[in-house]
Amino acid sequence: MLQIILIMAAGIATGWLLRKRSFKFIDTLLFVLVWALLFFLGVEAGENPAVINGLKELGLEALLLSVAGTAGSIALAWALWKFIRRKEGGKQ
Amino acid sequence: MKGSLVIVGFFIAGIIVGVTHLLPPMSSLGNISYITLCALIFLVGFMIGNDAEIFKKFKRLNRLYMLLPLMTIVGTLAGCAITTMLLPHRSLSECLAVGSGMGYYSLSSVLITQYKGAELGTVALLANIVREVITLLGAPLMVRWFGKLAPISVGGATTMDTTLPILTRACGKDFVIVSIFHGFIVDFSVPLLVTFFASM
Repeated sequence: MLQIILIMAAGIATGWLLRKRSFKFIDTLLFVLVWALLFFLGVEAGENPAVINGLKELGLEALLLSVAGTAGSIALAWALWKFIRRKEGGKQ
Repeated sequence: MKGSLVIVGFFIAGIIVGVTHLLPPMSSLGNISYITLCALIFLVGFMIGNDAEIFKKFKRLNRLYMLLPLMTIVGTLAGCAITTMLLPHRSLSECLAVGSGMGYYSLSSVLITQYKGAELGTVALLANIVREVITLLGAPLMVRWFGKLAPISVGGATTMDTTLPILTRACGKDFVIVSIFHGFIVDFSVPLLVTFFASM
């Protein structure tokens, strides 16, 4: 985690030092790297025998738990989002 | 929408390559996915530093956004508690332990395997991988339907690393700081909550 924070800080510093110039290609590069990351994560999941063998027996149960947890967090995050919007809207 | 489909395509292609062993094992490629992630994080930092207005935007950000980690934890646990009714062979604490992983599949599956055995550990591994995948693939749709906090919340413990680049794209640069703060707090809660529920 420390490594991630340091890399991000290095990125912020570099971006700040070069702030006078514009970098249009960054967006494209970001897309390509995201695709690469997803591809590699897919390969890692596909290679892992625990994931592939577990899918048949435990997949449905895992899917149910992750969908329920996802739905619960969406519900509360949505409520907070609406609450903040209303408060900010009221001020203007 | 088209962007999400391309991402799904790359992920599925990866799975097929992984299952069929078309590539040499990932371990022999020397942490290539981690290196890609580091490059992405560097770019996200670069975009923040390069934006002259961004620090002013951070200052103007509503303090209420700091409540998001709490929403994530309570919402996730509530959802998993309800699931207990559909899974009669699982206890409430087992469901909550799996849910407490909040996308951090490596740590949560190892901890749960230790306390509850390999079967529940595998459920935790799968459930938390699925959660991360839902975040990566569904972020743009969640923003459209439920606002910009929804995908960050679903991202759970991963929003300061793995899912940060996608969330930056989906929610905009202004929400980078919310995403990092959220990931940081939820990340710390994972080992505490998983251990707590798994040892019950």
